[in-house]
Amino acid sequence: MSVPVTVEKIFTRNFDRPGSHTLGVYRETGGYTALPKALGMEPAAITEEVKQSNLRGLGGAAFPTGMKWSFIPKGSTAPKYLVINADEGEPGTFKDRYLLERDPHALIEGMIIAARAIDSHTGFVYIRGEYVRPWEIFSGAVKEAYDAGLLGRNIQGSGFDFDIVVHRGAGAYICGEETGLLSSLEGKKGWPKIKPPFPAIKGAFGQPTIVNNVETIAAVPHIINRGAAWFAGLGTKTQGGTRLYSVSGHVVKPGVVETSVSVTLRSLIYDHCGGIPGGRRLKAVVPGGSSAPILTADEIDVTMDADGLKAAGTMIGSAGVIVMDETVSIPEALMVVARFYAHESCGQCTPCRESTGWIYKISHRIVEGKGRKDDLDTILDVAKRGAGTTICAFYDGAVGPYVSYIEKFREEFEALIPRDA
Amino acid sequence: MPKLTIDGKEVEVAPGTNLIEAARQAGVEVPHYCYHPGLSIAGQCRLCMVDIEKNPRPQIGCNTQAADGMVVHTQTERVLETRKSIMEFHLVNHPLDCPVCDQAGECWLQIYYMRHGLYDPRMVDEKVHKPKAVPLGPHVILDAERCILCSRCVRFCDEVTGTGELGIFNRGDHSEIGLFPGKTLENKYSGNVIDICPVGALTDREFRFQVRVWYLDTARSVCNGCARGCNIEVHTSRRRVHHNQGRRLARIKPRHNPDVNRWWICDDGRYGFRWIDDDTRLLAPVRRANGKDVQLGWDEAVAVLAEALRRYRAEEIGILASPQMSNEDLFALQRIAGRLGIRAVDHRVPPRVPGDEDHLLIRADKHPNRRGAELIGLDQAETRAILDGARDRRIKLLWIFQHDLLDSGLPTADVTAALAGAEMVVFQGPSANATSAGAHLVLPSAAYVEREGTFTNFQGRVQRFRTVVEPLGEAAADWDILGRLGRALGGEDPAPVATRAEQVFAGLAGQVPAFSGMTYRGLGDVGLMVKA
Repeated sequence: MSVPVTVEKIFTRNFDRPGSHTLGVYRETGGYTALPKALGMEPAAITEEVKQSNLRGLGGAAFPTGMKWSFIPKGSTAPKYLVINADEGEPGTFKDRYLLERDPHALIEGMIIAARAIDSHTGFVYIRGEYVRPWEIFSGAVKEAYDAGLLGRNIQGSGFDFDIVVHRGAGAYICGEETGLLSSLEGKKGWPKIKPPFPAIKGAFGQPTIVNNVETIAAVPHIINRGAAWFAGLGTKTQGGTRLYSVSGHVVKPGVVETSVSVTLRSLIYDHCGGIPGGRRLKAVVPGGSSAPILTADEIDVTMDADGLKAAGTMIGSAGVIVMDETVSIPEALMVVARFYAHESCGQCTPCRESTGWIYKISHRIVEGKGRKDDLDTILDVAKRGAGTTICAFYDGAVGPYVSYIEKFREEFEALIPRDA
Repeated sequence: MPKLTIDGKEVEVAPGTNLIEAARQAGVEVPHYCYHPGLSIAGQCRLCMVDIEKNPRPQIGCNTQAADGMVVHTQTERVLETRKSIMEFHLVNHPLDCPVCDQAGECWLQIYYMRHGLYDPRMVDEKVHKPKAVPLGPHVILDAERCILCSRCVRFCDEVTGTGELGIFNRGDHSEIGLFPGKTLENKYSGNVIDICPVGALTDREFRFQVRVWYLDTARSVCNGCARGCNIEVHTSRRRVHHNQGRRLARIKPRHNPDVNRWWICDDGRYGFRWIDDDTRLLAPVRRANGKDVQLGWDEAVAVLAEALRRYRAEEIGILASPQMSNEDLFALQRIAGRLGIRAVDHRVPPRVPGDEDHLLIRADKHPNRRGAELIGLDQAETRAILDGARDRRIKLLWIFQHDLLDSGLPTADVTAALAGAEMVVFQGPSANATSAGAHLVLPSAAYVEREGTFTNFQGRVQRFRTVVEPLGEAAADWDILGRLGRALGGEDPAPVATRAEQVFAGLAGQVPAFSGMTYRGLGDVGLMVKA
């Protein structure tokens, strides 16, 4: 076992400190010192600082954050909204939960700074319905911030107003999709919206809107405090900072790991998480939440940055790492994933609505020993034909496991299909 | 104006035009389900994919605006394959119950499968089951298994009527159209969701199972239900006369006219045609004397009326024309009244109850040609004065077109006194009523669908309606009856007797300034405005 590379902890620095969710402890450790600095900066300068930091969206799409902010129409007098995606529904992902529970003021401080950058006076935090405890803790932190004059009118005498509305989702995966979230926030069914128009032009309630992930915004106070160059220096050429990995499944120490954006998957599993328990062998890893194509045990020497995983035919997504040892049946795993996507498809676009259910039925039949000779090719063909034809990325996310599980473990599927079928 | 190329054809379109409409203008059909020009863009069915040069993958045509210099291809291998795939997805859970589905023959699943699908089905698993034969309201019934979830009906109720009865419930392949709790689909335009439903999910409770659509014939017409004059198609069942319970008219569908009714009609207009095949229709001229009905031939009937019109002095004759009559009918009547010097003419009979009106299509005036009657000048007297004259026996011949005065806003006692006071009451119209029952001479008019002509709507738009079916019995168009009467009256009539409505219209255009310069054929399918 090699020694993990030591990386400065940013997001998790206070996780183990008692009372880390309170304003008092947050302040003791340097909290809310970025805020006065940012309130004294020109909005464009904040955006520029974030651009220089190479901060990228940590919710899944890895879009450069500063660039996203700059899409808000210049000089627009319309109300603008900052929306925080705390729906965290991607299977295998649970990092935002830790941030909401253990460092909620980092998100609040980051939101105020981001709001100043995009000239927004109202922010929404959309928290997934199942996150009762995170919602309670975060709501408490918002109240503390209001009581301390950190939210509301004329924050810290700066003349800047900003309110936070905490909104609870009702449990649909699709409401974590940027525009599905906005529909849900507007009180409608959580259907993703057709683009164009993009949210920065016409988002929540028809107004210019920026949607960012919890972790992304929690990074912002650190960037303002310690400078873009410092943050950028922590990462790779194209992505600054550290990030949180949610590691689950067959590892000795599952949990949230903060480390380099370019750690290798092998190091993450064996150095940070103690390897595979019980002396069993590693079989497969899903590196970025359930939508990321699967990797075999032979493919884990990849770096976890966007380029490294792309070269390996998969993606970082939400950095939810699901580790499977040799006891896992991949056809069963596909059936479970397929059931999830069939259940969660919003039903709006025909290819996704119809084929997620179809593929689940086939995968279920295979596991039951009633597979047919053509089934695997049918799944692959249906998945590939539907890919890229829908309003949102949900279906492309489902295609990741459909195709990769079968292509990488085809023999295991074929073994379940009766020879005379 | 953006200029773009679609399948090698250059086309210039209005700014904001999407690629489906731009292609239509270039003569290229882009298949689609959820897109409807009268509704917002949903982008859900994913069928209208086209290739746009410099775009890495096909884009939906409905949500892509035409841009200057854009080069669009609708027939690339990739587009054709995508269409085929989307058709397979649309049909994966479809019950394929075409033999018992009322939409068969006009179903866009059938049409597009044949044009763009033609794949070998691969679905071998149990399909998703959903509610079937669910009445949504008085006119519409839902089969959720046939539904392709295009959301057109939902958007219609949200955006056009603003009534919001429908929603899509559940998720994924269990999604289904349904009513919100406590709602019924009974807005005044509910039948339109049947028209815009591209498949057999929403069908017409009255029409379904009456006749297969491939046995229907179609003619263009104009609704006679109110002053709007919505453009319609009338569908008739004559090829299998035992179908549709033996009735000739099977259904009415809206016909697009951007300036009158767009794509819609109201339910009153859609379902208001049953009287045309009812047994209350008048089938032959009848003379009634001493409590006995004597059926007459047309020559005889016209001679009787001509004799009566000559017998009485002009001021002893009162005429109540009807705004249900066409411009040609009214013009022919006006000519006869003019020749004879009859001045007691009106078309205004108040309804028993005031008509309802809304901001979409429905007009309070339930007659299609009030404006025509006004422009032709058939309101030289007041209905009340004419009836008073009959009651006081100053008016001796009362010639009533269509109106049931006994079921109107006029006091019944006044009407009874007038009908009793007149020496001779002539009724001319398509259907019997209490007023016709007491007339001395009854002349059967063809219903508007049994002849051709024009109506002038409340906006002043002159619109043609066509012959859909032949008149029942001996019934004839009013202009035709009046032409024969003109000949029977003898004397000086400079105009030759018309044998076609077009000839009467030419006379109208020549003599009534509002219609000057118009030709019957020039009216086209969407009509022309009268001169202000």
